[in-house]
Amino acid sequence: MSAPYAKLPAWADYGLIPLINLTVAFIVAGLVVLLIGENPLRAAVILVDGAIGRGQAIAYTLYYATSFIFTGLAVAVAFHSSLFNIGGEGQAYVGGLGVALVCLAFDSVLPWWLTFPLAILGAALFGAAWALIPAYFQAKRGSHIVITTIMFNFIAASLMVYLLVEVLKPAGSQAPQTRTFLEGGQLPKLNWMLEAMGFAVRSAPLNVSFLLALVAAFLVWVLIWRTRLGYEIRMRGHSPKAARYAGVSEVRVIIVTMLISGALAGMMALNPVMGDQNRLQIDFVTGAGFVGIAVALMGRSHPAGIVPAAILFGMLYQGGAELAFEMPGISRDMIVIIQGLVILFAGALEHMFRPSLQALFASFSPRAVGAEAKQGESA
Amino acid sequence: MDLFNTLVLLLDSTVRLSVPLLFAALAGLYSERSGVFDIGLEGKMLAGAFAAGAAAAVSGSAWVGLMAAVLVSVFMALVHGFASITHRGNQIVSGVAINFIAAGSTIILGQAWFSQGGRTPLVGAAGRFGAIHLPFADALSGVPVLGPLYSQLLSGHSLLVYLAFLLVPFTWWVLFRTRFGLRLRAVGENPAAVDTAGISVQWLRYRAVICTGVLTGLAGTYLALAQNAGFVKDMTAGRGFIALAALIFAKWRPVPVMFACLLFGFLDAFSIRIQGTPLPLIGRVPVQFMQALPYILTVVLLAGFIGRAIPPRAGGVPYVKER
Repeated sequence: MSAPYAKLPAWADYGLIPLINLTVAFIVAGLVVLLIGENPLRAAVILVDGAIGRGQAIAYTLYYATSFIFTGLAVAVAFHSSLFNIGGEGQAYVGGLGVALVCLAFDSVLPWWLTFPLAILGAALFGAAWALIPAYFQAKRGSHIVITTIMFNFIAASLMVYLLVEVLKPAGSQAPQTRTFLEGGQLPKLNWMLEAMGFAVRSAPLNVSFLLALVAAFLVWVLIWRTRLGYEIRMRGHSPKAARYAGVSEVRVIIVTMLISGALAGMMALNPVMGDQNRLQIDFVTGAGFVGIAVALMGRSHPAGIVPAAILFGMLYQGGAELAFEMPGISRDMIVIIQGLVILFAGALEHMFRPSLQALFASFSPRAVGAEAKQGESA
Repeated sequence: MDLFNTLVLLLDSTVRLSVPLLFAALAGLYSERSGVFDIGLEGKMLAGAFAAGAAAAVSGSAWVGLMAAVLVSVFMALVHGFASITHRGNQIVSGVAINFIAAGSTIILGQAWFSQGGRTPLVGAAGRFGAIHLPFADALSGVPVLGPLYSQLLSGHSLLVYLAFLLVPFTWWVLFRTRFGLRLRAVGENPAAVDTAGISVQWLRYRAVICTGVLTGLAGTYLALAQNAGFVKDMTAGRGFIALAALIFAKWRPVPVMFACLLFGFLDAFSIRIQGTPLPLIGRVPVQFMQALPYILTVVLLAGFIGRAIPPRAGGVPYVKER
């Protein structure tokens, strides 16, 4: 068997190991805080309070989480087919172009609830299109999808700067951004939802796309575990050879998976572009595409894990902003470190604690771990 | 004559801009030839640049800066090795993690230690690798054609520039003329064969990853202490990825790596030079297009339209000894 490690009970596999990995990541982050001479516990208290202490804060947390749900799902769908879509950043950026074009075209004629579906289509279409070329090259020509999607991130950045500076900028304006969308291109806020629950929210950018993100999470679950296509995606992910033998077209699975992944990443743009800023700006993605990698790894590529992981990262973003206010030494960039540590411990080092944990379990009940492992290995 | 001078200046800045790419791409060469993919070149370079800037600012010595850069960068390379060699983690994921940790911690630590918005204090001449004037550079500058070439293009660079270009034949020699190089290439193609010969796959790969760390440290030092006078936040600005592109473009071979880096450095220098001025026949080329060109070229190459880039066979696959 290629899997070098024996089996653990499911609850340890899906609960305990991710929890240990996350804890270690946060302990190391705490050490960094200690290194710059602040109290990590006090920092954690300020961060959590800043993220969920007030209604306003919760609304912001959920606003950030919305973006991360989309990008996390995008990475996860690709993961299931053992494709690493590192290009969520670029796909979201180009997806923003789709949103902006729809809004600029229809905001004066249609109400928001008619522009919204069109904008969803625009975002998904443009995001998917940006994933199509790397997907095609991977499927047909075998060029490594990780490298091509990284390259496409940079190409997207150049393309969007060019378009914003040379094409989309209104005449007479200096700032590289589109004009502000009219009412028909603005998504309604969801603050009433939190107010109905008894929280006070003054003004926060939380908007309807949060609900869309939850729907998308459910649809991804249906797709991956309840449809034939999802089965084919997972089959290729586990064993490309088995998939080929079973008559699954590898080219089709790669391309379709990446189109879905790109579409999800592109839909992230709805949240900031149509929901908050109401115009297309340079660098509006601000790393959300990369946060998606951490979110997908932390959520173990399952929507039920991705939504909480995205909310956790939303908390880090919102609480981090408050933290920077209280402790000037700790700026927003602390989140980038935490993100890196989560990716390292929950992703690259996910097996670090497994052998010792197995030994521990084996010492309790050798039969549960050892016996199963022997069977698995001889098969 | 005027055109000639412009050309010399353009080539001069090409050399300067391609040096960090060359260090980083050669760094990646060692690791990837041994079967460990490394998209964390960017992060290691950034951490190295920060360490160089910080140490040189505190100590006032360029050499201390260089040592610090190499140490920090090797440490990060070892983290990558620990994850991907010892614990058989996903090498791409580990590289991404390194990039983020470097991007965040250089800013946080820089702000905490120097409070200058993530920069390190400017270092004086002693803290930098200054220009080295080759003998007779001034005397010969009057000679037509050869004079400017010698005194401007060849002379007047920092020590690290010459080192970078010397590392190209050195790397070739290590890779293709030493026992270590043979084993390194073998472990990247067929680790099981190396293992059967009784050589430790893990230790070989660790050594390759350490080489990568040393070279990315040099790349960072060049950025912080030769090209600039201190660390500026996010100063690698994607060069690690361009270096990766150059490495692929050169199909993981040392001498072509140099030419790929020079090509990408030239594109960079050229786009700075022509900013806004129209070209004959083509008209005005957007700066953004020139910036994106290395990436576009790499994608086209990877797709097999200009030759075919075949990575080391065991690249990205952790080695599991059969039990």
